[in-house]
Amino acid sequence: MANATAVIEQPLKMKKKRRTPLKWFLTTGWRHLVGLALILYAIFPILYILSTSLFPNNSIEGTNTLFAAISFQNYINLFSDPARPFGLWYMNTVIIGLVTSVLSVFISALAAYAFSRLRFRGRRGGLLSLILIQMFPSLLGLVAIFGMLTEIGKIFPAFGLDSVLGLIMIYLGGSLGGGTYLMYGFFNTVPKELDEAAKLDGATHTQIFYGIIMRLVSPVLAVQMLLSYIGITSDYVLASVVLSKPESLTLAVGLQQFISDPYSKDWSMFTAGAVLAAIPVVTLFMFLQRYIVSGLLGGAVKG
Amino acid sequence: MTNPLAGGPDRSNVKRKTVKNLYDGGTPSLRGTLFKITLLAILDAVTIFVLFILFMQHLWVAFAVGLFAMLVVNYLYLRRGGLPAKYLAPGVILLIAFQIYVLLFSAYTAFTNYGSSHNGSEQLAVTALNEAGSQPVDGSVQYDVHLVSATGTVNADGSNIGFLFTDPVGGKVLLADPNLKLTEIPACSTAVQQVIKTNATTVTPDQCGLKMLTDLGPNLADAISAPGWKAISIAESNKVSTDISNKLAGRHYPASSSDQSLFLQTQDLTTAITYQPQIIWVSSMKADPNDPQAIYADPKGYFLRVADGKKYLPAQDGYFRIDGKIPGKFGACGEGDADCLNIGWEVQVGMRNFATIFGDQQLRAPLLKIISWTFLFAASTVFTTFVAGLAIALLFNDERMKGKKIYRSLMILPYAFPAFLSAYVWRGLLNKDEGFINQVILHGAHIPWLTEETPARFAVLLVNLWLGFPYMFLITTGALQAIPAELVESATIDGATPWQILRQIKLPLLFVSLAPLLISSFAFNFNNFTLIYLLTGGGPIDSTTSGYDAGGTDILITFVYKIAFSTGHGRDYGLASAFSILIFILVATFSLVSFRRTRTLEDVN
Repeated sequence: MANATAVIEQPLKMKKKRRTPLKWFLTTGWRHLVGLALILYAIFPILYILSTSLFPNNSIEGTNTLFAAISFQNYINLFSDPARPFGLWYMNTVIIGLVTSVLSVFISALAAYAFSRLRFRGRRGGLLSLILIQMFPSLLGLVAIFGMLTEIGKIFPAFGLDSVLGLIMIYLGGSLGGGTYLMYGFFNTVPKELDEAAKLDGATHTQIFYGIIMRLVSPVLAVQMLLSYIGITSDYVLASVVLSKPESLTLAVGLQQFISDPYSKDWSMFTAGAVLAAIPVVTLFMFLQRYIVSGLLGGAVKG
Repeated sequence: MTNPLAGGPDRSNVKRKTVKNLYDGGTPSLRGTLFKITLLAILDAVTIFVLFILFMQHLWVAFAVGLFAMLVVNYLYLRRGGLPAKYLAPGVILLIAFQIYVLLFSAYTAFTNYGSSHNGSEQLAVTALNEAGSQPVDGSVQYDVHLVSATGTVNADGSNIGFLFTDPVGGKVLLADPNLKLTEIPACSTAVQQVIKTNATTVTPDQCGLKMLTDLGPNLADAISAPGWKAISIAESNKVSTDISNKLAGRHYPASSSDQSLFLQTQDLTTAITYQPQIIWVSSMKADPNDPQAIYADPKGYFLRVADGKKYLPAQDGYFRIDGKIPGKFGACGEGDADCLNIGWEVQVGMRNFATIFGDQQLRAPLLKIISWTFLFAASTVFTTFVAGLAIALLFNDERMKGKKIYRSLMILPYAFPAFLSAYVWRGLLNKDEGFINQVILHGAHIPWLTEETPARFAVLLVNLWLGFPYMFLITTGALQAIPAELVESATIDGATPWQILRQIKLPLLFVSLAPLLISSFAFNFNNFTLIYLLTGGGPIDSTTSGYDAGGTDILITFVYKIAFSTGHGRDYGLASAFSILIFILVATFSLVSFRRTRTLEDVN
């Protein structure tokens, strides 16, 4: 259908090319002007940190002249401070983010399949209570979480306080509330006739789940994972309560150290770290851009 | 959409049997079954290992819960049918362990006084009070302290460490051994005084075997080793962990044979002074030498105030108070209050936390302000981001415009950029004196963006607009494109103006599809802790809200976080939990009502 409209539009567009400059400005030109202004608003903070991260002096507040000098010294320094092991923070963040986002999307996909395709008692109640439970501000469970991890750590230190595994566990606890309802929306957009036909051909429920539904919504699953990765790696509070040893921090907690102490603020190092932390996420985001809209709308718009 | 084929497991008449099988997932393949059993076996092996450890540690509750969970999981996955449970189990188990438990714990805590001054049992409080309830004796000698041990090394728990106390004026040297015995090294005083007076610079063992450290300045010298006791070297002293030094600092050495209550203690491990307890724990129980703390659990025990012989009895609010009487309605135990002991224990307080929230005069004004700002903040954020997003979506919703993809890619950068970084970056940009906004964009203005209430509120909204408009832009674009083109076309043919099309066709349709997302956005921003906490920290602090430290940009959740975790005036988990239960009810009710009104949940049946 998109092709058909394109074919029809083609001759129209050719005609419109011959508009006078004034007419062009009044119809589309001003849109470019506003667009450019908006882009400036959107990217100047990002340009600012990029510029500061490349500014060689270890200045306290960075520089206010964009791209006054270019040097990679801050990036080199970032990896050579044993008291602030940036490389380890990066690794921790990626491990926590990847494990949690993949597992939590998988777990909520399992649940969403049950809610979307199976009929059972308590289905509506279950879905409603999931939506409700996720509204409990998890931040306020900090006291309970801290106490729980302290107790677990006494017996199994690998899952206690100051452990990456412990934090992953806590994050996974919220996975069902976070994504199930959205995922339920996607699964409902996959026609039920497809899996009914497969059933008649003798497919098992696992084959339907992995072979049909998961495969059809896979772009959306990728977006869900990305959004969940961004959410989890951006978490500051839970991570700062659970992790305290310098070598077990995540980027969100660790980078904060560069600017929290008013006497040894180091904007250059912070911005260099921020740029490195943002690059993979932003790249993936751009890569999956095409699917992000449907990922966000969660089947709310059927079109 | 009721499915006639979807029968429950109880409808097992012959006719439906084949159909029911289909909906239970068909005949499982051999490969699938083997895979399932292998996974289950691994899980069971791990669980049994964990259960074994719990059993050995006599943790019966945890053991029972673990065993029950294991049996349930095995039952669910080994029986035939029961598909929903198989798909829901992993998520539900995690949910129960880490969300529902946390929720219930908070609900329970809301009815207690749990906090930094009530964080354990009564026995723990008594133990701590015994430690803390002493004061230095006026005019006591201040001894210099040096760490020694028999071998000059430190063992694993620091139990072989002793001290040498030197009176730098009188020249008296005391050996404080690890068995809490204090022995004076008598013959040395003259020799030590001689060292002090002559200010000898060389370290020489004198006639009683003491080694002196003399480079402490004029007229000063400390004993650093004695016969049978070697000084602990700097390298060895690195082994003294915080744990060990806490233990060492807690040691009491009887200071006088005439007054048994006096003791010598070194709290910082560099000087020691004589202390006298202000309160004494009186118990009818006999002290057990193997478990000296057992008498602290005596329910009939009380603290005796040494000064006037009055009794501190356990009061109902979890404090020891004179005669157990609680003054006033919301009695706390403030600094300098002599009628109570300021280390308490956890007790249930019924509705007191809720009564504080609704009835405390000091809290009322800041709380009302914070609540109204929370609503204003969440509503304005949703409004500004949605309007901006919609405007941009309409701006780019023109087929003739070129380069839309580039515009879009650049414009969603704020959304792709990790939010915690954005908050920090904006904090730098908005700095009053050196920030980019004031310095470059406003040519050297000095607007106190983050340090005065009105600009700070404006700045918070501005930053949140930056963070949120790309999301709204994306979803409105998606929703706009989903509007059938025929609708717009037929309206155009009927002579509708673009404005009319927007108002009467596009907007109503947009709201139908986006309502759930807008409601979620409101709920999210209502609790948008990261932005407020990392950008302004809730500040600027309003100093008139004595004790509560409410700030100009504090929203409910950051305020509750302060109550729970700020170190300034003591942590009050009980009050914070009561707040969080109320916030939960507030947000949940709001969302449910709006979901119902917008009929979002109608398809869930």
